Amino acid sequence: MDTMNLVAILPELLVACSAMVLLMLGVFRGNDSTRFVLWMAVGVILVTFSWLLNLPAQEVTAFGGLFVTDGFGRFMKLLVLLGAGLTIAMSIGYIEREQMARFEFPVLMLFATLGMMMMVSANDLMSLYLGLELQSLSLYVIAAFRRDTVRSSEAGLKYFVLGALSSGMLLYGSSMVYGFVGSTSFETVAEVLGAAPAGEAPSVGLIIGLVFVLAGLAFKVSAVPFHMWTPDVYEGAPTPVTAFFASAPKVAAMALLVRVMTGPFGDLTTQWQQIVVVVSIGSMVLGAFAAINQTNIKRLMAYSSIGHMGFVLVGLAAGSEAGVRGVAIYMAIYLLMNIGTFACILCMRQQGRMVEGIDDLKGLSKTSPMMALALAVFMFSMAGIPPLAGFFGKFYVFLAAIQEGLYTLAVIGVLASVVGAFYYLRIVKLMYFDEPAESFDRPIARELRFIIAGTSLAMVLFLIVIGPVVNGAAAAASVLFAG
Amino acid sequence: MTGDWPILTIITFAPLAGAIMMLAIRAEPEVTASNSRWAALWISLFTFGVSLLLWFGFERGTAEFQFVEETIWIPGFDISYKLGVDGISMPFVLLSTLLTPICILASWDAIKVRVKEYMIAFLVLETMMVGMFCALDFVVFYVFFEGVLIPMFLIIGVWGGARRVYSAFKFFLYTLAGSVLLLLAVLAIYFQTGTSDIPTLLATRLPPEMQFWLWLAFFASFAVKVPMWPVHTWLPDAHVEAPTAGSVILAGVLLKMGGYGFLRFSLPMLPEASAFFTPALIYPLSIVAVIYTSLVALAQEDMKKLIAYSSVAHMGFVTVGIFTVTQQGIEGAMIQMLSHGVVSAALFLVVGVIYDRLHTREIARYGGLVERMPAYALFFMVFMLASVGLPGTSGFVGEFLVLVGAFQVNTWVALLCASGMVLGAAYMLYLYRRVIFGKLTKEDLLKILDLTWREKAVFAPLVAVVLWMGIYPMSFIDVFAASVANVVDGYHAALAGSGTPAPSLASLWPGR
Repeated sequence: MDTMNLVAILPELLVACSAMVLLMLGVFRGNDSTRFVLWMAVGVILVTFSWLLNLPAQEVTAFGGLFVTDGFGRFMKLLVLLGAGLTIAMSIGYIEREQMARFEFPVLMLFATLGMMMMVSANDLMSLYLGLELQSLSLYVIAAFRRDTVRSSEAGLKYFVLGALSSGMLLYGSSMVYGFVGSTSFETVAEVLGAAPAGEAPSVGLIIGLVFVLAGLAFKVSAVPFHMWTPDVYEGAPTPVTAFFASAPKVAAMALLVRVMTGPFGDLTTQWQQIVVVVSIGSMVLGAFAAINQTNIKRLMAYSSIGHMGFVLVGLAAGSEAGVRGVAIYMAIYLLMNIGTFACILCMRQQGRMVEGIDDLKGLSKTSPMMALALAVFMFSMAGIPPLAGFFGKFYVFLAAIQEGLYTLAVIGVLASVVGAFYYLRIVKLMYFDEPAESFDRPIARELRFIIAGTSLAMVLFLIVIGPVVNGAAAAASVLFAG
Repeated sequence: MTGDWPILTIITFAPLAGAIMMLAIRAEPEVTASNSRWAALWISLFTFGVSLLLWFGFERGTAEFQFVEETIWIPGFDISYKLGVDGISMPFVLLSTLLTPICILASWDAIKVRVKEYMIAFLVLETMMVGMFCALDFVVFYVFFEGVLIPMFLIIGVWGGARRVYSAFKFFLYTLAGSVLLLLAVLAIYFQTGTSDIPTLLATRLPPEMQFWLWLAFFASFAVKVPMWPVHTWLPDAHVEAPTAGSVILAGVLLKMGGYGFLRFSLPMLPEASAFFTPALIYPLSIVAVIYTSLVALAQEDMKKLIAYSSVAHMGFVTVGIFTVTQQGIEGAMIQMLSHGVVSAALFLVVGVIYDRLHTREIARYGGLVERMPAYALFFMVFMLASVGLPGTSGFVGEFLVLVGAFQVNTWVALLCASGMVLGAAYMLYLYRRVIFGKLTKEDLLKILDLTWREKAVFAPLVAVVLWMGIYPMSFIDVFAASVANVVDGYHAALAGSGTPAPSLASLWPGR
């Protein structure tokens, strides 16, 4: 059919070319141009976002089937771009203050974004790996971007070593799959597996390959038992980088996981469903219990994101179109509430220095009421209390789980969400019930104020705009189950 | 009748709209506080005024839902924003809109810090409560049902007493744990029937083996709200630590959400499971609640705690009444819920009055108040006697009807419940004697002041409702008689249709 078909990858090409141009610009203009490069990067993402938004959702493959653009990919890419754009914009104040304003920072983030867009559109185990590595390598560097501090370097190193391990597992799994199926193309794998006579158990080697692929991807979404890196990396990395880690890459990895599981391995649903159920329960329960004792807000957010990934995996575990729709809705909501929360964390500065203890939030409702209100909205939303957006995320994944008869998973999930509510409430308690400690520095940067206000309003008003979001997610999900 | 106005939407969201407008109040702290009080009062009075249209426009003698509004909410899912009231829910809407302005008046001087936020929390709470009673879509219902938690958590936690943090968390997590299971039940019903429309669901039959688990999930949620023994322990804590107005709303409306849930959902949707669980779970737990918590109340040293335990006992009557599934029993439960909503709310206000003056709720610190506070003693007496169930007050009508209903079904249940009435008289009269009568010996009581005009204005409407309900209950029973008859008939028809009036465990236990 098609060999090149560059038209299909025009948005990616735009990001790639602009990243290189910005890199050159930075090389010639030096670190003084950081601010310019950063805003240009945001602009590029904005342009790509609106371009994708207006692109008709049709399925096009390119590069001999290595790459596919479809409705699902478009939805997820929009989320990735949204997350990346907001987090890059958020980081400007921080990198200037903390002497890490080097022009490579936004450029690396742009490359990571490109990697994520490729992951979302991967249609072959090879291109999957390429996209994943482009993303991961950029992220390793960004994690260690403050190379003069021990914590940041440690975070980068830890992330690199464990990430390399998981990439290795993914590669090994891919090679097993290739060995037993004879192709790396998602379509061919699906065809071969679908052609197997009904009732016949798939070969053990293939299952092992599937398990390894799943393990590699579970690492990227930081699901239990591959979550160990998350708290340390989240805590050690510079805060805007943590915000980035917690948003866009999670969306991309989850999209990839969904595509791989429902696409090539769609006929092995009964095989991977058991794994996903266990991983999901593990993540929800660990996320809920381990966060209770945290005193560092970034660590707490790490466990929170582990828990959230568990809830998202409930949708995947359902293995149905409704499940994927739930995943898409949940990721959209998760992205916004996480970015909003991290924007609040970026405002936590006392006398010019960042603080990260949750006790520093004490009495925030008195010292800066609007920020406390926004953070309370995010916390209640994460706890899944209606009428805030977080509730609807949980609603749709559990809807899918109940539809597929996964009652035990659903019951454990909702109970874990009750436990999880405790630590979200604890933050609200600190802000509202306790007497003020030291207040945070004012004024808050304009871009942060804008992001906090926008995302918290989105949480509150989600129930009004729920129709279009759900329909978009449903359209995205239907693509994967069209065949 | 319905008119062109979306009257229920107005009642539901007027407080919220007001709360949003109040966010804009910015002035000197003193001025802001005063403006917020007046703004909240007018908003809630406006809401109450509009809700009176329901009372007068409501067509008696039909079990149909009235004032129905429907807008597609989530397209493609058959989940719509649908509101409507019938005889069972309409009185609760009025109860909520009546109690909110009273709460705001009661907090006039008592709340001194963060007045604006306090008033906003109360208005948001009112939206959630009214919306919950009006909702005719299960998902909408759930959103409001759980949404109540957020403002209430903040009210207890920010403006509460010494152990407020513990109480707020306990309240929130207890209720949340119950209601998430309700959510799963809602989803399961949605997939079984393909709709979350409450009127449709009320007419739909669910398979008995499914009812078993659904009933338990409903029970987990509503029993915590009611609260039934043994999941009642959050209530005394929450009541004691909440500010006076918080206790009023908690006792007056939030507890009714459980009873309303049983009556609206458990009975009509899950009749077979209800028939099975009534003797197995509801009666024993209710009787324990009535007798045990009455005894506990007798031993309390803290006035608010005493009234909190008495609430558990009174709500025990409600659950017995509902699950007798007789016309009298359910009507009694309805009256008892409304009466308790007014009386216990009033009793918390009564305690609040002297708490504002002396800042202690310890019974032993008072005594002989009648000498300095005759008007107070009078109001207290009316509510105390209503709580005891003296004929002529609302409490009597409710308890009497419940007992009539219970006698038709099970004499033992009726007998044991009736003993609760005796104990109720004991602890309330004992409380009254210790606080009001006796010699006025305490130094600081010598200068205590009687009720102000504002406090009298708070109590007057409540006294009127208590006596009205006690002397001429028909004006209330008329409202919900048809709806109750509909529930009773539907229940018995369903059981007759399934052929097993009292299904055995074996037929309900899944997997047999």
